[in-house]
Amino acid sequence: MQKMSNKVFIPVVYGVALAFGLLSMLAPNDYFYSAAYTVLLFVILSSAWNILGGYTGYVNFGTAAFFAMGAYTTVAIFKFAPGTPLIVMIIAGMLVAGLTGLGMGALTLRLRGVFFSIATLALSVVMFTFVVNWDYVGGARGAYVIAPRVAPLGFGRYIYFLYAVMIFLSATAMIVARIIETSTIGRGLEAIRDDELAAECCGVPTLRLKLLSTTISGALMGMAGTTYPYFVSYVEPASTFNLSYAVNSIAMPLIGGMTTWVGPLIGAVLLGTVQQVVQVTISSAWNLLIVGVLLVLFVTLAPEGIMGLWYDFRKKQRAKKGAAQ
Amino acid sequence: MANSIKVTDLCAGYGAVQVLNSVSLEVRDGETVTMLGTNGNGKSTLIKSIMGIVKPISGKVEAEIDGVTHNLIGMEPEQIVRLGIALVPEGRRLFPKLTVEENLLLGAYRGEARARIAENLDFCYQAFSRLAERRNQLAGSMSGGEQQMVALARAVMTSPKILLIDEPSVGLAPILVSRTIEKIGELKDKFKLTVLMAEQNFHQAVKIADRGYVIVHGHIEFEGRRDEMANNDMIKKLYLGI
Repeated sequence: MQKMSNKVFIPVVYGVALAFGLLSMLAPNDYFYSAAYTVLLFVILSSAWNILGGYTGYVNFGTAAFFAMGAYTTVAIFKFAPGTPLIVMIIAGMLVAGLTGLGMGALTLRLRGVFFSIATLALSVVMFTFVVNWDYVGGARGAYVIAPRVAPLGFGRYIYFLYAVMIFLSATAMIVARIIETSTIGRGLEAIRDDELAAECCGVPTLRLKLLSTTISGALMGMAGTTYPYFVSYVEPASTFNLSYAVNSIAMPLIGGMTTWVGPLIGAVLLGTVQQVVQVTISSAWNLLIVGVLLVLFVTLAPEGIMGLWYDFRKKQRAKKGAAQ
Repeated sequence: MANSIKVTDLCAGYGAVQVLNSVSLEVRDGETVTMLGTNGNGKSTLIKSIMGIVKPISGKVEAEIDGVTHNLIGMEPEQIVRLGIALVPEGRRLFPKLTVEENLLLGAYRGEARARIAENLDFCYQAFSRLAERRNQLAGSMSGGEQQMVALARAVMTSPKILLIDEPSVGLAPILVSRTIEKIGELKDKFKLTVLMAEQNFHQAVKIADRGYVIVHGHIEFEGRRDEMANNDMIKKLYLGI
């Protein structure tokens, strides 16, 4: 089977995203938008995490830090000039989180394996302390970010607009992941994941590729955070830096499959939806417990995730076909 | 055009542990030089210092590529690979879940090597007919000797002028060791390479080496031509137990 070229893939993804957006206008109530927003948020976060964690093999525990950096960039800009258009905040948030990713990479990429992961966890703690003590964005008290009364582009309610933006950003994150995956860069990252020394012997520019990967991964996580303050209206550090962002963005690619861009999408939609349903039907405290149980199940039964099961299935079918002929 | 390596007064190590103490070594154009020594004497550290994987404390590492001299200190490994120096790492370090051919293609990661991919691939399959038969087999499922062939071929895919080989005999059956060493000799002649090979197996290494060094505790203790090596007392003591 010939793989789709990115020139075809990009319009297809945006087309599907548009169709999905139009289809959700049939939603019976407004709660759908808020639940779907959260699922889309995790599609972006897990796609972003997967670029560093899945392709390159560096496990980042600091998703919450990058996400919060995006969110607090929006808060800071909002405090400075409340009328600033969202697109400015998105770009600024991506820049801040991307540069932090680059800096974190430069400081920590000499560490490998579990040591790198611990360093990213430390980043999360440092950023949290920084925000708690930064009065301009509300410090520990938190800050109100009130959405404009009239949504831009004729969307009516602001939540509709945010939802549409989120669909667009998710599609963009998936496209970025797919482009990286299918390019020489992706092959270099995979070589680093499998054996960094061997990659160096092949002439793969390991340090540069790792920095690129932390930067893009960080920027996309920040991008996911930029719309969040308008979504919740009230931002405070404890929930913005919540551990669940880090845990979910690791669990989702793991469940979906870490070697392709499809894995994080499947994992996020599946796990995110289950969490949203459980939140309404059982209790919100059960969320992380479910993640934990699913994680244990997948690690023991399907360590390559759902995509891994799919590839195995395809291989068996092909073998059957070969035997029949 | 001349391709050579010159290491002068090199000191290197890991953190507080200094492994190499003022090592000087030279590989002249078209030579095969072997570096002998038992485990833990600094052979791999020297090779990694040349490749830019270990950053030396002091000293000079220079390489002449096509007659132009480059200072390798401070260069990243990928820049050194691009210059035309390739490393076959100790223990082979293949990508086990990729096929033989995919392993070889990864060897041609850099732009210039990518331009010559078809030519180099043909050459590798000619030199190693076994790999041509098994091009679609997973590298991890091959025998040690075959894996060493893949590792050598992968290094050739970078279009090197100078080949560094770190202990090609590690983990191989004796019959495979001599076959591997012969293959290295063949590759060198066909590709007109300059070769520096770290090895523990004196008898095998000396078959293809023009000159040799013996490294003991991070020091060069002996340097000489092949005929001198066979008669040297220290080599006898170190390797033959006499």
